[in-house]
Amino acid sequence: MKIVVLVKEVPDSYGERKLNLTTGLAEREASEKVLDEITGRAVEVAVSYAESAQEAEVALLAVGPASAEATLRKTLAMGGDSAHHVVDEGLAGADLTLTAEVIAAALERIGFDLVIAGDVSSDGTGGLIPTMVAQRLGTAHATSLDAVEITDSAVAGERAAYGGTVRVQAPLPAVVSVTERLPDPRFPGFKGIMSAKKKPLETYTLADLGVEAEADVPRSIMLSVSETPARMSGEKITDDGDAGTRLAEYLIQRRLV
Amino acid sequence: MTMVEQNTPERNTSEPNILVFLPVLPSGELLGSAAELLGAASALGTPVGVILAPAGKGHAAAEAAGQCGAARVFTAEHKVTGSLLTTPYLEVVAAAWEATGPEAVLVPNDVDGRDIAALLSVRTGSAIASDVVGVHRDEEGVVAHHSVYGSGYTTESAPTHGTLIITLREGAVDDRAPAAEPVVETLELNGAGLDEPPGTAASITEFTESVEASTRPDLRGAKTVVSGGRGLGSKEGFELAGQLADELGAGLGASRAAVDAGYAAHSLQVGQTGVTVTPDLYIALGISGAVQHQAGMQTAKTIVAVNKDPEAPIFDIADFGIVGDAFEVVPQLIETLRAKGQ
Ligand SMILES: Cc1cc2nc3c(=O)[nH]c(=O)nc-3n(C[C@H](O)[C@H](O)[C@H](O)COP(=O)(O)OP(=O)(O)OC[C@H]3O[C@@H](n4cnc5c(N)ncnc54)[C@H](O)[C@@H]3O)c2cc1C
Ligand SMILES: Nc1ncnc2c1ncn2[C@@H]1O[C@H](COP(=O)(O)O)[C@@H](O)[C@H]1O
Repeated sequence: MKIVVLVKEVPDSYGERKLNLTTGLAEREASEKVLDEITGRAVEVAVSYAESAQEAEVALLAVGPASAEATLRKTLAMGGDSAHHVVDEGLAGADLTLTAEVIAAALERIGFDLVIAGDVSSDGTGGLIPTMVAQRLGTAHATSLDAVEITDSAVAGERAAYGGTVRVQAPLPAVVSVTERLPDPRFPGFKGIMSAKKKPLETYTLADLGVEAEADVPRSIMLSVSETPARMSGEKITDDGDAGTRLAEYLIQRRLV
Repeated sequence: MTMVEQNTPERNTSEPNILVFLPVLPSGELLGSAAELLGAASALGTPVGVILAPAGKGHAAAEAAGQCGAARVFTAEHKVTGSLLTTPYLEVVAAAWEATGPEAVLVPNDVDGRDIAALLSVRTGSAIASDVVGVHRDEEGVVAHHSVYGSGYTTESAPTHGTLIITLREGAVDDRAPAAEPVVETLELNGAGLDEPPGTAASITEFTESVEASTRPDLRGAKTVVSGGRGLGSKEGFELAGQLADELGAGLGASRAAVDAGYAAHSLQVGQTGVTVTPDLYIALGISGAVQHQAGMQTAKTIVAVNKDPEAPIFDIADFGIVGDAFEVVPQLIETLRAKGQ
């Protein structure tokens, strides 16, 4: 079984994150770059399955700037077997349609039985890439799973539905995405970090994959970007025994209750 | 897919059609997001609802969509269990697309809405705007608004050409459309490939209806939200937030730490990976105000925070901050409000 995990590098949401006000692109230097939090859980699902399965191989795929290589190495240290990195100038500011096309093309190149992704990334908050990729590949999608079971020929899990939850099952090959409800990713140990240095990491350009970024197809473009004025703090009091009463007065005065 | 009941009265053809996918509950009721989805659509053109309902519930749902401003509604009926994941939704929306040639398609930014948008985008080769918080039209067409990096930035996007598919963030749009008498068109899902797993789709093997445990207003649409954090210390302690919520007729929310600790259900989580709320009043009890939490609530009109730690980041964005113990402040607040007859 060949599992490919879609690995996304994002600006650390604990730190400051900046958009360039002229280009609208992320200012990569402004923040520390980390593995997207839910993507980490996707890696954990793959690696822990591979540990228990007879024959399973875990490949990692990232589409992103040169810096993503460091994130791929860190992810290899968690237990992946190989890494694949699509890096190309033509990807700067790529919209969802282009990103999905590139990921699908790379997956076709790498080969897979099961693709595991995070459901929603912390920077893009799109939550669309996994299903777009599945549709491009003509495979089943089972996204936003709160629980996952993998077998040799199928993948099953639970996910939210309107007014309840559903159990879903898909034959392999398939693309799944997991939510933050899955277990935390492991910390790579010393052995993992050392062995990651020697694991294969292959890079691809758009030309290698036969993808044309400039193709005349509908794309989403950014028209404007502005910084939201920071929210100001107001009154702040320390409770001297009457804060509850003062809060009640504040709320009544402003007709908030 | 066939059209059974095509009655086509006079329609204003100069206005572009805006397709709106409207989810329904197993009871046949429309989801609360219907009003804002149709409200957003009405700012762009003629709102056309698309509904997939349980057997026998399509017509009532279509009427309800009219109440929320749908000028025209396509309905189909289908069961949940035993069908293919997303496919029935996709087929209904695609049929409505065929019939109307929409300029934009709006779906809610939830698990199913995102899948519909993703499949439709690839199938039709259209651009997508995700997690949209507002829309407007300029001379060139539809413009989508986004709130990025936890409300740090506001951006606008547009498609280079073609139809724009939009996933709309719940609770972000205030526009409402006037009620309409919708023209209802029924679609027949002919089963073709819908029930038999074709080997390239996931199937739904089981549906468990959630028991409506709460009589409180839905967190997403509530005018007032009271949220509790890890600072409330235990499941019992968390009831303090519930008490205040009930006193104020408010929705109940929680921080992720409170959810992780088992004080509150996951569906109550407010923040980056939970629900985004924009109430008139947000009261945070025992919540430090991490950036991921702020991402889900900092657009509230008024923010009140009660926290023991004067350095807690929640105070940076609070309009009224109290450095104190929630277990002392809140009972006194409730008592005072009752005494004043509020
Ligand atoms: C990718 C990612 C996504 C995340 N998404 C979310 C999200 O969607 N939502 C979210 O909330 N978090 C999210 N988090 C987690 C977030 O970073 C914080 O860990 C979390 O919000 C902390 O919750 P808390 O404020 O309840 O707990 P704490 O940070 O532990 O704060 C508890 C507070 O309670 C105060 N306190 C203690 N006792 C009392 C008392 N008796 N009265 C008053 N105050 C008291 C303390 O002073 C403290 O400030 C995310 C994290 C990551 C990495
Ligand atoms: N550039 C990318 N490279 C690799 N994986 C990605 C990329 N963008 C998105 N993904 C995957 O898709 C998931 C959802 O991301 P998004 O659609 O951006 O919210 C992520 O958790 C990743 O698994």
